[in-house]
Amino acid sequence: MTEAVQFTGVSRLFGNTRAVDNVSLSIPDGEFFSMLGPSGSGKTTCLRLIAGFEQPSAGSIRLHGEEAAGVPPYLRDVNTVFQDYALFPHMNVQDNVAYGLKVKGVAAAERRTRAREALQMVALGEFGERRPAQLSGGQRQRVALARALVNRPRVLLLDEPLGALDLKLREQMQSELKKLQRQLGITFVFVTHDQTEALSMSDRVAVFNHGRIEQVASPRELYLKPQTAFVAEFVGTSNVLRGELAQRLCGQPRAFSIRPEHIRFAQGEAASDEVQVSAFVHDVQFQGSATRIELRLDNGQPLTVSQANDHRQGQAPAWQPGQRITARWPRAAMTYLHDAQVLP
Amino acid sequence: MNLALEHRTGGTAPGPRRRLANLLYRRPGLYLALLLLPPLAWFGAVYLGSLANLLWQGLYTFDDFSMAVTPELTLANLVALFNAANLDIILRTLAMAVAVSIASALLAFPIAWYMARYTRGRMKAFFYIAVMLPMWASYIVKAYSWTLLLAKGGVLQWFLAHLGLEPALLWLLGLPWLGGSTLSTSHLGRFLVFVYIWLPFMILPIQAALERLPPSLLQASADLGATPRQTFVHVVLPLAVPGIAAGSIFTFSLTLGDFIVPQLVGPPGYFIGSMVYAQQGAIGNLPMAAAFTLVPIVLIAAYLAIVKRLGAFDAL
Repeated sequence: MTEAVQFTGVSRLFGNTRAVDNVSLSIPDGEFFSMLGPSGSGKTTCLRLIAGFEQPSAGSIRLHGEEAAGVPPYLRDVNTVFQDYALFPHMNVQDNVAYGLKVKGVAAAERRTRAREALQMVALGEFGERRPAQLSGGQRQRVALARALVNRPRVLLLDEPLGALDLKLREQMQSELKKLQRQLGITFVFVTHDQTEALSMSDRVAVFNHGRIEQVASPRELYLKPQTAFVAEFVGTSNVLRGELAQRLCGQPRAFSIRPEHIRFAQGEAASDEVQVSAFVHDVQFQGSATRIELRLDNGQPLTVSQANDHRQGQAPAWQPGQRITARWPRAAMTYLHDAQVLP
Repeated sequence: MNLALEHRTGGTAPGPRRRLANLLYRRPGLYLALLLLPPLAWFGAVYLGSLANLLWQGLYTFDDFSMAVTPELTLANLVALFNAANLDIILRTLAMAVAVSIASALLAFPIAWYMARYTRGRMKAFFYIAVMLPMWASYIVKAYSWTLLLAKGGVLQWFLAHLGLEPALLWLLGLPWLGGSTLSTSHLGRFLVFVYIWLPFMILPIQAALERLPPSLLQASADLGATPRQTFVHVVLPLAVPGIAAGSIFTFSLTLGDFIVPQLVGPPGYFIGSMVYAQQGAIGNLPMAAAFTLVPIVLIAAYLAIVKRLGAFDAL
């Protein structure tokens, strides 16, 4: 009974569209849980089901063991950080943060103290008198966070809260959010379409596709052992090989995934536990910390390889388009996929 | 790429139209001034200029014996506004304008809310047309038809009689501030006609204000623990107030200036509008009419100042 959130066979239909399709998941208390997926994959609808803005068409949702169906949002011990922050434009920052306390009838003096504390927690102690319109995007985001946390919810929902921030700020907020979650011990449910964000912050990640969950796993497992072609390709970059080619390379008619950074270029004989293919270089992209080499196998199948750049490399790229090359990778680095079996 | 470049630089010298376009591009201030000058000139001369001229005439002298206006400046007209009779007219009109604005806002809000929150596409177009359609019909015809609806033995009374509500109507008509001998000669009847005629002017601004209200604000409020009632009081209403204020400026000022409805419906007695009409028409006292014109302007300015003081425009 320590599950903060439990979905059992939950579906949400909009007309004939199954936005959420028979989803079951459970999130233990105190976990940083991410819902990852492309837009329209059902992750935000799941979040809204937890918050109470949507009601499930089928299935059951339990919050800390209590059935949540039919419970309106204002009676749930859950707070949300909205994608557009949804700050009240007619109130100053302090009143925004104190709003949840005010509607619950907390006395004015305590409201002020707690709002100030919450603002200090997100390093905005000096900004209480400002209007939301006078803040930058990153500051508004922190106000939204303070406004949710001041209520001391048991579950905090975050709907792509970092989407509108620039890269530097996003990375900074990522580590701050993670730190905050550890400090407070609150369950965080974090919705994002950014796989790096999900991998770097979460205890566990659920990958959504077409309203269904493809896989729920720790970031490490998700990356190293993707179970489906969708997960392999959505989380990081991957080469998914199937059909006849897969049969020839590994002796089994099963699709598999191999990460670009696990592929090496051959020097000498292949070891017995390695797979080896001949290809030619199609394109070379310098990406800073790594170089990405697009290969084409003889049957036209593309293969992406990533090689870390180190200081010994000269100015000129080591690979030229059109060059013939032998690529190899250890069998252990290959992950067999559950779906996408033998394709003609 | 090379070809395109040569084409650009090797062409003939730019023509006068191109040179003018370039000049306007380089001097955006000039461009803006040229665009704004004609409408500003029209607005300044025709609207503000003539209004200032009219108000200035409120300071002219009207000779009661010769019925002639002489351009001798006097404050007598403005002082005359505070005569018991004139003050009565002003207060009567003001009370009606306030009542009409409040009733219109109460009626308009649910309709505007429904339009902004629940209608899409064709349904929304239908509502826009339904709200504006009555404004397309002649105002005088509508006012006249109300005199028939409200008349003794008219449709409304017949309908109320069938509902068994005639005693209630008679009781209402017996009240000193609402009543009259029949509905069509009562304050209540006049109020009904005003509300009917100005309601669309209240619905549309409120609808526009509610349309700008992001749904996520309502969800955020509920998420933070506010009941629907609290959300309405703390979030919806404050953000709708600019729309209500805009709508009430219409209903308020249109009622203050109207001179037809007070003549057709309701008990005898002047309104500000009908007083202006009478002063400048039958009596020919243009300075007094001009002085009366000042009253709605001052009242609306005071109203706006109060509304602003209450924080109605903070959300803008």
